[in-house]
Amino acid sequence: MSLKARIATVFDEPACPTNREKSETVRKKGCSKPLTPGAAAGGCAFDGAKIVLQPVTDVAHLIHGPLACEGNSWDNRHAASSGSDLWRRSFTTDLSELDIVMGNGEKKLFKAIRTIVERHDPPAVFVYSTCVTALIGDDITAVCKRAGERFGRPVIPVEAPGFVGSKNLGNRLAGQTLLDHIIGTVEPDDVTPYDVNILGEYNLVGEFWFVKPLLEELGIRLRAVIPGDARYRDIATAHRAKANMMVCSSALINLARGMQERWGIPYFEGSFYGISDTSAAIRGICGLLVETGAPAELLDRAEALIAREEAIAWQRIAPLKPRLAGKRVLLNTGGVKSWSVVNALQEAGMEVIRTSIKKSTEEDKARALAALKDEKHLFDRLAPREIYRMLADGEADIMLSGGRTQFIALKAKTPWLDVNQERHHPYAGYEGIVELLKRIDLAVNSPVFPALRAPTPWDEEGRLLEGADRPAEVTPTFRKFANGVLEDADDC
Amino acid sequence: MPASEARVLSTNPLKSSQPLGAAYAFLGIEGAMPLLHGSQGCTAFALVLFVRHFKETIPIQTTAMNEVSTVLGGADHLEEAIVNIRTRANPKLIGVCTTALVETRGEDFAADLAAIRSRRAEELGDCHVVLAGTPDFKGSIEEGWSAAVTATIETLTRPTTRRDPERLVILAPSHFTVGDIETLRQTVEAFGLTPVILPDISGSLDGTVPDRWIPSTYGGTPVADIESLGAACHCIAIGEHMRHPAEALRRKTGLAYTLLPTLTGLAATDRFISLLARLSGRPVPASIHRRRSQLQDAMLDGHFHFGGRKIAVAAEPDLLYQMASFFAEMGAEIPVAIASTPDNPILGAVPAEVMVGDLGDLEDRASGVDLLVSHAHGRQASERLGIPLFRVGFPIFDRLGAQHRRSALYEGTRDLIFEVANTLIAADHHHVTPESLNPLRNRETLHDSRPSPEPRRH
Repeated sequence: MSLKARIATVFDEPACPTNREKSETVRKKGCSKPLTPGAAAGGCAFDGAKIVLQPVTDVAHLIHGPLACEGNSWDNRHAASSGSDLWRRSFTTDLSELDIVMGNGEKKLFKAIRTIVERHDPPAVFVYSTCVTALIGDDITAVCKRAGERFGRPVIPVEAPGFVGSKNLGNRLAGQTLLDHIIGTVEPDDVTPYDVNILGEYNLVGEFWFVKPLLEELGIRLRAVIPGDARYRDIATAHRAKANMMVCSSALINLARGMQERWGIPYFEGSFYGISDTSAAIRGICGLLVETGAPAELLDRAEALIAREEAIAWQRIAPLKPRLAGKRVLLNTGGVKSWSVVNALQEAGMEVIRTSIKKSTEEDKARALAALKDEKHLFDRLAPREIYRMLADGEADIMLSGGRTQFIALKAKTPWLDVNQERHHPYAGYEGIVELLKRIDLAVNSPVFPALRAPTPWDEEGRLLEGADRPAEVTPTFRKFANGVLEDADDC
Repeated sequence: MPASEARVLSTNPLKSSQPLGAAYAFLGIEGAMPLLHGSQGCTAFALVLFVRHFKETIPIQTTAMNEVSTVLGGADHLEEAIVNIRTRANPKLIGVCTTALVETRGEDFAADLAAIRSRRAEELGDCHVVLAGTPDFKGSIEEGWSAAVTATIETLTRPTTRRDPERLVILAPSHFTVGDIETLRQTVEAFGLTPVILPDISGSLDGTVPDRWIPSTYGGTPVADIESLGAACHCIAIGEHMRHPAEALRRKTGLAYTLLPTLTGLAATDRFISLLARLSGRPVPASIHRRRSQLQDAMLDGHFHFGGRKIAVAAEPDLLYQMASFFAEMGAEIPVAIASTPDNPILGAVPAEVMVGDLGDLEDRASGVDLLVSHAHGRQASERLGIPLFRVGFPIFDRLGAQHRRSALYEGTRDLIFEVANTLIAADHHHVTPESLNPLRNRETLHDSRPSPEPRRH
């Protein structure tokens, strides 16, 4: 199938509510909004594909293209692996001018695959095409096929060159690749009625490990978590799971729907961010398993576990609540987090003044609206200048967003916390929400911000302001931590 | 503050001796030769520690007290040492620091010195002799440093009522590095003032290569400047331990002083800069405002690495105050704060529960913290606890460049933020594992005793 045909397939997503509402002609154009030159932000399709696939831990990820595609983007995310760290190594064919002029790309790619196989002996190699190699017409599918036969292992072509569209499209092309080339290629011999897949869970900073032991306690077997901490074989056998949970909004909706069509695996959408959302997710998994044949008593055990874990989480949140109550949050993230984090913050007594709904589906928007009651709290896109103004004017006490917008908050001398992919702290599950609230507490109550917001003692010409020169001998501007509030906050 | 009376044993001392602190201060005076009045070993140990810290030849001499002179009196040794030093090294100032040995014996050193000065007036010529009473059994570096500066002012500074509006006296604390003092000088000069910094180790211990052999210090505060110290517009003493010398200067010359407990941190530096603006009558230069803005940005970028971190600090009192205040201002907690000596009133203002103790106490109490802050001897605790050590103060013998690291003023605080944050980032090598995040472990108590998971390295 040509790349163009494949993209058309990916866009024709019957499970997507936005897509269903469109007319036939509009649907054919695809859902990717045309990018505006000079005003585009965000990653390309290659970026999106790599984000989805790269956390597969024991696979060698080989990027076929000139240096920038891989060289400028590797080792920037913190998905965690419980086994191989091969995924963190960066492999690229680093095409030179001569390679491109002479048409050496395919040969170089084949040799690169051989070198990887000889040095690292991975169970599979993923080969990513890029703009330049797509443009010069390198046939990576053919090279992969040949290399796969030669080296006796799957060599998977990932055709998502950057220019075909946005990051979201790349996510879907990656899902399609899993469906077309990997899932269902290995038959497991250990299937149970409790096998589930989690789709779109990246195990950032290992956060899924906050959740996994709870599912395992219920006897649920995780066939594959895609892609977080996944092994190639897990994914290859994923078609034998009884149920799928789709985590990261609709990025992998085509994968979930495809698995339902091909292997009849039911799926639901959920989130592990927030207490009630985590509980709902556990209920959802158990509900689907029971529908597909697991004993109904699973539901009772799930309720008992949920009750126990929620109680513990609330107990641990209680001491944080007085420190967080009434704090106003500007949530600038989008996607599934536009609502799942809102609930979590409200649970802790905070007020979400605005949430971004960019990258959110209609369903996401509806849920965000349900949480925030009023349209005016939702925004599609705020100009950086407007965010800066809001924060500098003190309309919010903290902004939660991704790394790209952090400096808007920091330069406005406002606390900020990373809730996107580049973050360094795990926030999933009951444990994760406690961790998130602790991090918010540290940020929003950091003494650095009042110090920074204190007026400069001189004016713009450097002339001293009245009263600025009164040197205090010793001014204790601190809290005694040893007996103070922070210690108490950790005890329950 | 838990008292240390009951202590019978010091394990891994935090203190260095008082005469070492006094000798250190004399090293910041031009053409000076510190002379430890005690047995050879007193000087040798101090000398070795200085050399290891500075990687420099350190001029320091001993009266080489022996058994006989200890019994019969050390005045002869003192006299002989002074005359010998004068003959061989021709210093402008000999800084006598007493030690526990001679102080325990108990002699009237001042009278002995007066006698030596008059008896040997011809040989001594214009060489000044200053006496600092610094028994090892009391105090630590800060006290010794303070005593030497006080004695120098009391001996050399001439009473005056003349005030030079362009001249500003700065009494520098013992924990200021060469880098701190250079920054301090540039900052004061930016306001059109001429700083007289005492002691000034920036000219004597800054690691240069002179083109001839010089047996005493080269660089440092000129003796002539100390003599005319009162002829200034104001005196700024930095650190509580510089109150004594500031008082001595005020008594002698009537020069008023302002004591600033620390120059680390945004607010503390704002106070200092405002004071300079007032004293000079000039606006704050744009270059300094820019440094301030850089510090603000460093605070923003750096606070992520400090928030909620637990930091154990063991240091001399004023340095402890400086570091603990800095960490508290950045959002860290100080569960362990250990001071080397008990008498400095600044300890009451340290944003933590302070105990007087040693590095053994640090090791006993610091398990579970994210960072140890102490001088290089803290490395044993660091190794055994598996917690990184951030080196401050004296001695730092296992790292190069200690003299050029800064912690004062806007630029020093900025450096400090980056250095500490980088130390913490480098230490975050514990990769998360399924076991480390498992919510079901340690469930028996329900208590949230677990630390937050380690953040991943960038």
